[in-house]
Amino acid sequence: MSTFFRMRGICKSYFVGGEDTPVLKDIDLDLEPGEYLSVLGPSGSGKSTLMNIIGCLDVPSSGEYVLLDQEVEEMDEIGLAHVRSHEIGFIFQNSQLLPRLSARKNVELPLIYAGMTPKQRKRRAAEMLERVGLAERMDYLPTQLSGGQQQRVAIARALAGNPSILLADEPTGALDQKTGRQVMALFKELNDEGRTIVMITHDMNIAKNARRVVHIIDGELTEGGGVGDA
Amino acid sequence: MLKSILGGFVMLWECVRMSLSNIAGNRMRSFLTVLGILIGVSAVIALITTVSGVSGSLSSSFSSMGAGTLSVNVTGSDLKSGMTAEDFDELRALEIVDGITPKVSLNARVSRGGDYDTGISVSGRNAYYFQMNPDAIERGRTLSFIDEDNSSYVCWINAEMVETFFFGVDPVGEQLYISGVPFLVAGILSDEQGESIAELMSGGADIVIPYTTALKMNNESVVTSFTVYLSGGADSEAAADEIEAAMDAMFSFEDDCFTVTTMSGIEDTMEEMLGMMTALLAGIASIALVVGGIGIMNMMLTTVTERTVEIGLKKALGALPWQIQAQFLIESFLLSMIGGIAGVALGLILSFAMCRVLGTDFALSMGAIALGTGFSAAVGIIFGWVPARKASKLNPIDALRSI
Repeated sequence: MSTFFRMRGICKSYFVGGEDTPVLKDIDLDLEPGEYLSVLGPSGSGKSTLMNIIGCLDVPSSGEYVLLDQEVEEMDEIGLAHVRSHEIGFIFQNSQLLPRLSARKNVELPLIYAGMTPKQRKRRAAEMLERVGLAERMDYLPTQLSGGQQQRVAIARALAGNPSILLADEPTGALDQKTGRQVMALFKELNDEGRTIVMITHDMNIAKNARRVVHIIDGELTEGGGVGDA
Repeated sequence: MLKSILGGFVMLWECVRMSLSNIAGNRMRSFLTVLGILIGVSAVIALITTVSGVSGSLSSSFSSMGAGTLSVNVTGSDLKSGMTAEDFDELRALEIVDGITPKVSLNARVSRGGDYDTGISVSGRNAYYFQMNPDAIERGRTLSFIDEDNSSYVCWINAEMVETFFFGVDPVGEQLYISGVPFLVAGILSDEQGESIAELMSGGADIVIPYTTALKMNNESVVTSFTVYLSGGADSEAAADEIEAAMDAMFSFEDDCFTVTTMSGIEDTMEEMLGMMTALLAGIASIALVVGGIGIMNMMLTTVTERTVEIGLKKALGALPWQIQAQFLIESFLLSMIGGIAGVALGLILSFAMCRVLGTDFALSMGAIALGTGFSAAVGIIFGWVPARKASKLNPIDALRSI
């Protein structure tokens, strides 16, 4: 496995108001294992669509997308669910925790779908919450946690299935600067451990944390060089 | 393989837990939704159990009362308008026949001294009547063949007549005027005389007189209604056939001269009617179940819409479509079952109360319980299917976009 994923000529258009509106235009993008990539773009640039395609939540209108040596276009819904369950860890902007479940139950959720036994799940979820520094708040409901803590639960949830890649959509969007920095520090740590990360953001200062930045404007991708390497 | 089966069970158990927490989280809404199923199931259970209790006690009294008798009604033909004493002798000669008693009915004005009463039902019988119903006489002598042959003016009266005409007097040996003709009271009828279901259905008589006398008073020469007492152990359907055959010969094989009614025939008809009534009422009650099902469907559709984000999230976390579908299907199944089980309980309480009021036996009908729970399970799955399918088909992108 040389590349983590390979995109060639990816186009995506949505049918809005009676006409095809292109969102992504002819995107080529390769990712190596262990990379920390940031996709930087203003709102409406198509960066979320790009993330959905990377995460196998959406399929491109045309073009070739090979993830872990598998042609995504040829996978059926069960195959896609399997990839989402075992290879990809999503982190959403508003953490998206289920309000009625405790922090640990939220972290256990993807493990249920991965088919783990309750015992294994419990242990794994506890480990992950410990990893993000929330060992003491395992049984708290999301509403009893601060925004930063909620986002850390979401990171624990994304890590629980031991995915090969973390996909984060505006992970600090709803956080103040200080907690945002904490989350970024955690990302850096995870990347240093060898985990591949793709982060979507509109904030240059956040994007800087990544080792590699690409810009996306009006659905077109340009390589921004290794900003974070400095 | 084993691991994936085990994983499936773990998954289903998780679905049950999530569903229960969702149902409990929307307590008021869940309760109102479940109410429709509850009412429907309890109505069906209460109806079925009550009717089966009623029909049970009916048929048990039927078999104790009417066993071994047939009743025959004669319409007659142009040549022969009814049965004569010779015809009865002929029928009595049949091996299956133990005895025959004619029934000649008349309505009479009855008087004694200054007291009178009209519309009294008088029944003309023969000696066999009291032989076959030994309990029918409370006091006095029985009707003899001599009374029959001589058309004597003797009568047997019931307690009501005693009360009306013989207050403080011993009636036996006293005179009573029936349609202006003086009769001698020969005995008192007991309340038992109407015990035969055939008697009950033709209305018990207030006064019994020899049938020959009754024919004379009616200005008739033939009998058009009689009861046949069958020998012990005779099959009533076979006996009916045999009697019909014999009577066909008497009536020169003309059609529709008479009808033979067996008790089991009456019982079958009654049970059929009860069955039809049950089916009809249960059918009406099951409309409530369908309405309840629509209520569940409505709630589930609302739930799916409300939880779009949750569904999208779960899909993004690797949930398979069937797992999403199972969760919603289990939720609607559980909702419906909660209503169904509560409905069974309420229905049984209702029918127990009904049986108490009606004085019939309360029998726990396993069939009705199975029907109630089975029906609500089916309602939950059928009406939960569409919403669950809708949830499983949700595109995770569309679901997450509504964030």
